[in-house]
Amino acid sequence: MSDVAPARPILSMAGIVKEFPGVRALDGVDLEVVPGEVHCLLGQNGAGKSTLIKVLAGAHQPDEGTITWQGEQVRLSTPMAAMRLGIATIYQELDLVDGLSVAENIFLGHEKTAAGFTRRGQENAEARRLLARLGHAEIKATREVGLLSAAGKQIVSMARALSHDARLIVMDEPSAVLAHDEVDNLFRVIRDLTASGVAVVYISHRLEEIRTAGDRVTVLKDGRTVATGLPARTTPTRDVVSLMTGRTIEYAFPPRPETEVEGDELLRVENLALAGSFRDVSFRVRAGEIVGLAGLVGAGRSEVLETVYGARRRTSGTVTLNGKNLPAGNVSAAVRAGLGLAPEERKSQALLLGEPLVRNISLASLPRFARFGWVNRSRELTEATAVTESLEVRPPDPTRLARTLSGGNQQKVVLGRWLLGGCRLLLLDEPTRGVDVGARSEIYGLIRRLADSGVGVLLVSSEVPEVLGLADRVLVMREGAVIHEAPSGDLDEHRVLDMIMEGSAA
Amino acid sequence: MSEPVASSQELAADVTTDEQARVERAAEVAGESGPLQSVRRNQLLSAMLRNVGLVVVLIVLAIIGTLTSDNFLTIDNLRNILVSSSVIGVVSVGMTFVIIGGGIDLSVGALVALASVWATTVATQDYGAAAMVACALLVGVGAGLVNGLLIAYGRLVPFIVTLAMLVSARGLAAKMADNRTQIVKVQTIIDIARKDVIGVPMLVVILAIVVAAGWVLLNRTTFGRRTFAIGGNPEAARLAGIDVRRHTASLYVLSGLCCGIAALMLMARTTTGSSTHGNLYELDAIASVIIGGTLLSGGKGTLIGSILGVLVFQTITNIFILNNLATEVQNIAKGLIIVAAVLLQSRTTREAKT
Repeated sequence: MSDVAPARPILSMAGIVKEFPGVRALDGVDLEVVPGEVHCLLGQNGAGKSTLIKVLAGAHQPDEGTITWQGEQVRLSTPMAAMRLGIATIYQELDLVDGLSVAENIFLGHEKTAAGFTRRGQENAEARRLLARLGHAEIKATREVGLLSAAGKQIVSMARALSHDARLIVMDEPSAVLAHDEVDNLFRVIRDLTASGVAVVYISHRLEEIRTAGDRVTVLKDGRTVATGLPARTTPTRDVVSLMTGRTIEYAFPPRPETEVEGDELLRVENLALAGSFRDVSFRVRAGEIVGLAGLVGAGRSEVLETVYGARRRTSGTVTLNGKNLPAGNVSAAVRAGLGLAPEERKSQALLLGEPLVRNISLASLPRFARFGWVNRSRELTEATAVTESLEVRPPDPTRLARTLSGGNQQKVVLGRWLLGGCRLLLLDEPTRGVDVGARSEIYGLIRRLADSGVGVLLVSSEVPEVLGLADRVLVMREGAVIHEAPSGDLDEHRVLDMIMEGSAA
Repeated sequence: MSEPVASSQELAADVTTDEQARVERAAEVAGESGPLQSVRRNQLLSAMLRNVGLVVVLIVLAIIGTLTSDNFLTIDNLRNILVSSSVIGVVSVGMTFVIIGGGIDLSVGALVALASVWATTVATQDYGAAAMVACALLVGVGAGLVNGLLIAYGRLVPFIVTLAMLVSARGLAAKMADNRTQIVKVQTIIDIARKDVIGVPMLVVILAIVVAAGWVLLNRTTFGRRTFAIGGNPEAARLAGIDVRRHTASLYVLSGLCCGIAALMLMARTTTGSSTHGNLYELDAIASVIIGGTLLSGGKGTLIGSILGVLVFQTITNIFILNNLATEVQNIAKGLIIVAAVLLQSRTTREAKT
C-alpha cells in the first residue's frame, strides 16, 4: 500500500468553511481520500480536525464548500444521510448508550428486524463475529455497555462502524484509550479493511502510529489545509512538525521577570499517582512562579490538576501547600488552604450562568460577607465591583448575568473569584479555550500580574505555544508520566511537540 | 500501584511495567474484576433483582393483609385488587415509555378526564359504542400529539408542556360537561366492567393485553430499543441516525393512547364521564413507574416493575379499606412505601453489580 496509485478519489472535500459564534473553526479545508488508503489527519488541538469529521459525519453543516462522494456532489444533511452513503465515524467521546447491551449499541439506528421486531439472536451472533474480528471475543454481546471500561467502549464503537459496511471509516484518535498491543490489533483490522477497498481517515497525535499505519497525510492548521498528500512513511518529522506549528496569529505574551523567580516554595507534590491516569508525578511551584504542564489530551494533565485540588482522590503521594499536608480528595480543605481551580469546562464546572457576575465572584468566599449566614449584599457588590474593575471585565457591570459575557470575560470572572478569595495557588486548566484572540493576551497579562503579586500558578494547556510563552518552567507529560522538565526558555515548540508525539525525551 | 516505578525518563521503555499494564488492561477491557463468570447469567439475575424489592414488599403486604383481615385472602378481594389496578395500570404503561425516553407526562389524569367527558356527550353516545371508543382513543392520541409536538419540535420542557396540558384539558373537560357528571347509557360500554373472560374480569384482561403489547414493543422492537437510546444518550441516538424528535413526539402520543384506553375502562366502571375522573393519576402513575425501578432521568427501566408498583399501591389501599382506616393514613403509608421500595431497590441493584 506504500505507493497509492492516483486512483479516483472516493471522497473530496473542497473549501469547507464552518463558523461557530465567534470562531471560524474551519476556514477552507481541502481533503481528498482514495479507496483503500489510510489517510491521516494531523494538526494541533484546535486546528479543526474534530469539526471537520463532524461535517463529514453529517453532524455539522458546512457554511461553504463542496463535498464530492464517488464522483457526485452530495449534501450530508443528517448523520443518517452520511451513513447511507457509507461513511461511518468512530468518535473520540465514545457516544454509546450506557443502558443498552453491546449488540444493541452496535446496531442502534440500523437494527436487524423482521416487521419491526428486533432479531436479537441474529444481532448477538453478528456482534460476536464483529468483536472477534476486532480481536475482542471476550466482550460479551449481551453485556451492558455502561459496565465496560473506556477501552471496551472504544472497541464497541469500532464494531459499530464495521457493522455499517462502510466505504469510508473515520477514526478520531482511536488509540487514545488503547494499550500498545491493542493498537497493533487495531492496525491489523485497518489493514483488513483497506485491503478490501475501504478508505480510512485516521486521526492521531502519535507520529509513530502514522508511520506504521498511514499512507498519506493531510495537515491542518488554524482551520486550513496547509499540506495534503504527504507520504506518511517518508516525510521527515521535522517537516510535519513545522507544518503544524508556526502560528499565523501571534499572541502577545507578557514579558517574564528578568531574574529567575526566587519566591518561597508554595506547593510541593511528591510521587503523586492516580490509578489509571498518571503515576509518580513530582514537582514544585514557588510563589510568583508560573509552571506549565504540556502534553496531549489524555496524557493526564487535567487529572494532575484535579488531583492536586482534591477533586479526585489520589492513589498515593503527597501534596503540601506551604509546608502543610493537604488531605486526599478534599476540595474544601484545599480551598481553605488557598488553592483555586479554573476548570476546563468553564460553563459547566465553574460558572452559574444564570446568576449575575457578583454572585459568581463571591461564590468561593461567601463567609467573608456573611454574618450568621446573613449575606451583606452591599459589601459583596462593592468588593466584586472592585474585582471586575481591576480585571477590566467588559461590559463593566457586575449585575449582568454570566451567560451574556464573551468567553474571555467569563474566564476573567472565574479568575476574579479566586482573587477575591485571597487565593495563593491558582490551578488553570485550558484558560484560553473558547476565548477569542484579542482577549487572550489580556488573560495572559492577567495571569502574569497575578504571579507578580506572589500567587503561584499551575497551568495546563493543549496549545504548546501558550505553555511556552506564559510559563516560567514547563513539565512535559506523555501517557501519564512526566517525561521532561525544563525552564521554558530552554525549550521550543518543535522540541516539545517531538517529545509529546514521539515519546523521546531527548 | 505497589510496584516500584522506574524514574520518569525510563518509563516509556520499561518492559515489565508495559507487560503488567497489558494484562491489567485486558481484564479492564472486558469489564471483569475477578475470574471470568457467566456474564449472561449475572445480567439476568440483576434484572430480576431489580424487581425483587417490590415482590418482597408485595409479599409483606399480603401477610399483613391476611393477618389483619379475614376478607383479604379471598377470590373476590384479589379480583378487587386487580380490577382497581387495571385503569391506573394502563396509564402507567404509557408513563413508563415516556420516562424511559427521558421525559415526563403530567397530563395523564386530565387526559383521562377529557376523554371520558368527550366520549360520553349526548352527541357521541348517539352514534353508539364504536364511536365512543374511537372518540376516547382519538382524544387521547390528539392531546398526546399536541404534547409531543410542543416538546419535540417546539423544544419546550416536558414538565411545563404537560403541566399546561393538565390544567387546560381539565378545564376543557369541565366546560364540555358543564360541570355535570355525564351518564353512560350505552350498554356495550358498561358491559366492559361487568363481563368476565373465562373467569377473569374484562378490565383485567384489557390491562394484561396492554401490558403484554407494551412489553413486546419495549423489549422486542426497534421502537422500544430506540426509546432506551434517546433516554439514555440523546446525542448518541442522533448520531446513530435516529430521528430523536419524531420518536420523542410519538412517546407522548403513546401515553395519550393509553389514557384514552384508561378513560374507556373508567367510564365502564363508573358508568359516567366526568371532568373529575383520573384525579392525581399522574402522581400515582409516576410513583408506580419510579418504584418499579425506572430511572426518572431516563434510559433504564422495566414495564414489569411499573406494574408491580401499581399492584403495591392498590394492595395497600385495599388493606386500609378492609381495616376501615382513613385515606389520610393511607397517603402517609404510600409516601413511606415509595421511599422504602426505592431504598431497597437501589441496595439490591448495587449488590447485583458487584
